[in-house]
Amino acid sequence: MLEAYPQNRLARILLWSFAALVMAFLMLPTLVVVPLSFSASNLLEFPPHAYSLRWYENFFGSATWMAALRTSLVLGTLTALIAVPFALLACISMNRLGGKTSAAIQSVLLTPSITPGILLAIGLFFVLAAQHLIGTLFGVLVGHVVLAVPVACIVLLPALARFDWNQVQAARSLGANWARAIGEIIVPQLRISLLSATLMAFLTSLDESVISIFVASGRNSTMPKLMFLSLRDQIDPTIAAISTLWTVIVVAVVLIVTLRQKS
Amino acid sequence: MTVVRDPALAADARRERRFFLSLSLPALFIVGLAAILPILWIIRQSFLTTAGEYTVGNYQKVLSSGLTWSALVTTLELSLGTLAACILLGTPLALALASVRPRLANVLMAFVMLPLWTSILVRTYGWLVLLRRDGLINAALTGSGLTAEPLPLVYNFTGTLIGMVHYMLPLFLLPVYAAMRDIDPNLIRAAASMGATLRQVIRTVIMPLSAGGIFSGSIIVLIYAIGFFITPAVLGGGKVNPLSTRIERTLSTFQDWGSASVLGILLLVLMALIGVMLLAARRLVAQNTVEASHA
Repeated sequence: MLEAYPQNRLARILLWSFAALVMAFLMLPTLVVVPLSFSASNLLEFPPHAYSLRWYENFFGSATWMAALRTSLVLGTLTALIAVPFALLACISMNRLGGKTSAAIQSVLLTPSITPGILLAIGLFFVLAAQHLIGTLFGVLVGHVVLAVPVACIVLLPALARFDWNQVQAARSLGANWARAIGEIIVPQLRISLLSATLMAFLTSLDESVISIFVASGRNSTMPKLMFLSLRDQIDPTIAAISTLWTVIVVAVVLIVTLRQKS
Repeated sequence: MTVVRDPALAADARRERRFFLSLSLPALFIVGLAAILPILWIIRQSFLTTAGEYTVGNYQKVLSSGLTWSALVTTLELSLGTLAACILLGTPLALALASVRPRLANVLMAFVMLPLWTSILVRTYGWLVLLRRDGLINAALTGSGLTAEPLPLVYNFTGTLIGMVHYMLPLFLLPVYAAMRDIDPNLIRAAASMGATLRQVIRTVIMPLSAGGIFSGSIIVLIYAIGFFITPAVLGGGKVNPLSTRIERTLSTFQDWGSASVLGILLLVLMALIGVMLLAARRLVAQNTVEASHA
């Protein structure tokens, strides 16, 4: 963009040094955790004097952490399985209705994602407490689904906009009902976007912390909730090992989504 | 749209519309159940005593407490501080990224987005490791002799702000980068050929045309920053208490549901106020952009 200004070398160098510093700032906290997780020492020393896998063993050997990992994975899967069909139906509805109705539906569906997490969390806490559902998987699940629906919609809406609706018209005129048209025409055609939406919904649940902190408890505590609690109490390199594994999982999912979308 | 006159066809069209509307119901139901009902419940709870009787005592108690007002001030300081830092750090970075070939920019963007895909708790942990008294940054500072004593970088306002800026910066960057990418390079070439200096081009071409992106980025930052919880709770070390951590403490430690709800409503009011101000500001930005592109 600035190639019209080859003579301003100093400005360019300054801009790029600044940009490099900001990028380092962005990547530093994620990267610093990785070597720490392989440290052999109890202390958070950097760089570690000796390396070991003891913090990973610690994590996989802990019943509490394993229960939390299981809860998070189950919750993520259930969230994706519920949120994506709901989002698909809502997106078909918005696509077909268009205009003001579609905009109104969209703004209602987006409300949870612009509401501060802490408000959703305490509100949900009150509602669940009134129904004696605090600490159940169900409570956290509805909270996660409501956050995952808009995320899935962001992936599915543009995909439906590119979709050729004449195919559905043809199927309908040949006697297929809507359920069949959706199941046999729309779903197979959108499978890549649906896969992306599923992974994104899964990630949304996996990453969600505030609702979990307030609503999940005991056996149903999620990974982010346990991580939050242990960050407040004491920090040992077990958290570094967990953080490293967590980041690897998430980056892998994101890479799958991006590569799939490109191909 | 064709005008449907035949009553049978019109009935068909209406039926189809109703059918399409019904497809949205499951998603709308879950939003009602898990977002709208909880917010209404907070309003209800704010008027109830612990015994469940109607009262306005919660409001009197919360609004007359100095802690509430200091929480409000901390919320604003953190949000505006984060916004200022994002604009100062993010705009030049976006300009740098927008000025290289798209292929290279995409690779760099992937690195910039890395934190966005890292759990907030992982990042918070990373910052604890870096900023503690015996952390990496203090070790580097004292080791090189730049400071004699370790600096207090975490469990205070500074640490909280660093953590929040780190969270918001990629979110701010996305719309700003997109806006700068959309600028027609011919405009800059034209300005250059007519003798505009780099400084003039940035001031009169690039900045006005990215104003929309900077504005969207700022909205995103403010929306997230106002209710931010995890970062102040961990990196603030109990000493930095915006509305969000005050709500948590009132609820978990003091079991005072009524007061926690009133604080929640304060947060909602603050969001609404900022929403109104942003709408007004958007009109101004839109006008300026139109004027700039006509100038």
